[in-house]
Amino acid sequence: MKILIVGGGMGGTILSNNLARRLAAEIRSRKVQITMLTASEKHMYQPGLLYLALGRMTPDELYRDQAGLLEPGIDLQVDPVETFELDQNQVKTKGGKTHAYDILVIATGSRPAPEVIPGLAENAEQFYTEQGALKMFRSLQAFQGGRVVIAMGVPHKCPMAPLEITFMLHDYFKDRGIRDKVQLHYTYPVGRVHSLEPVAKWAQPEFDRLGITYETLFNMKEVDGKNHVVKSEEGGEAKYDLLITIPVHKGMEVIEKNKLGQGGFIPTNKTKLTMEGHPNVYVIGDTTNIPISKAGSTAHYQAETLGENIAAIVKLGQPVREHDGKVFCFIECGKDRATYAMFNYTNPPDPKPPTRAMHWFKMAYNKLYWTSARGLL
Amino acid sequence: MPERTIIDARGSFCPGPLMELIARLKYGKVGEEFEVLSSDKGSANDIPEWLHKVGHEFLGTREEAGVWHIALRKTK
Repeated sequence: MKILIVGGGMGGTILSNNLARRLAAEIRSRKVQITMLTASEKHMYQPGLLYLALGRMTPDELYRDQAGLLEPGIDLQVDPVETFELDQNQVKTKGGKTHAYDILVIATGSRPAPEVIPGLAENAEQFYTEQGALKMFRSLQAFQGGRVVIAMGVPHKCPMAPLEITFMLHDYFKDRGIRDKVQLHYTYPVGRVHSLEPVAKWAQPEFDRLGITYETLFNMKEVDGKNHVVKSEEGGEAKYDLLITIPVHKGMEVIEKNKLGQGGFIPTNKTKLTMEGHPNVYVIGDTTNIPISKAGSTAHYQAETLGENIAAIVKLGQPVREHDGKVFCFIECGKDRATYAMFNYTNPPDPKPPTRAMHWFKMAYNKLYWTSARGLL
Repeated sequence: MPERTIIDARGSFCPGPLMELIARLKYGKVGEEFEVLSSDKGSANDIPEWLHKVGHEFLGTREEAGVWHIALRKTK
């Protein structure tokens, strides 16, 4: 059986390693072949970009060689897919190769698309690429005071990032001794300060306590860079001296070009993780259109479910369980406190008051991630 | 009645039904009708409030077996 995994991010890597362990005997006896097709020989720890933008991590800490993260027996090919021929159970790569499969997993992820909002890319700082995070770091270092506006597009990767960057900016400016010269203004697309109601109920009084102003029902429409104003679909306007954005995200271009899903997000069954209409094609991570957080944690738990199910298909002829939508998200609440939100499709989160211990757990996870990617944690 | 595009946001605590609607409306056509399915009763207030503020047309809400169906038309 040929299992083809397209994408070497968190979801694809965890799944590949999970499968390689479960199917070690079948790989050795050549009954199963696992191939990963990816666009880069490097693997990035994307949550580290938040820390990079604030001078708390350096670029070299974000990367490992993809080959070094994978179990022996996985055939890694740095050769991205250009064409999906799902009706023929095969894909074609940039390098000109054709790969047939029995089971295909698409885990190509998502990308920031600030260009969707006129004026945003030219006038805002963002921390969703290495280049962007470094530029934001330099802008923050040069900033001596004024109005900082935080604005976000929908959908975006990591729903906790808007709160995290706001709380961390508060501490950043406080540490520099200029917090009294900075007005932090947070905007949010829905009618409360976070999509999760229990998180919003906790965060709003924290904003009040820290002197962070906020404005809800604010969906970016355009940025007037000349006058330093960001305008919303709802008719609002926010004047800024420094604009920080959580940009709207789209799926990868290859998904759009192959017409697999609107905006690059593939219609996916939320419990089976199959692509709609294609029972031997699975989709995990940011690539799905499942109404769930686009976050590494989401991809991680989906990869674990799928690893168990694909191994069961090989050994038993059918999957063994449905995915429950589990997500666990850390929430940094400044430079030295954090909490978390854990939920699934049926149980809402119940965030606890932030603690230093949870912050240090997150700091530890920033290092432990590499064992997580290897499928050990 | 024109065919409606269903946005099934049941079980979506995060990013939530309104955020799903905002994301999906970007790809809709003017005049297209949508129906959001939500297991959160708060959506019955949140979504019409946002539609009113942005200027899209709210077509109505009904509840069936713990699922709220919120209908709307994209107007711009």
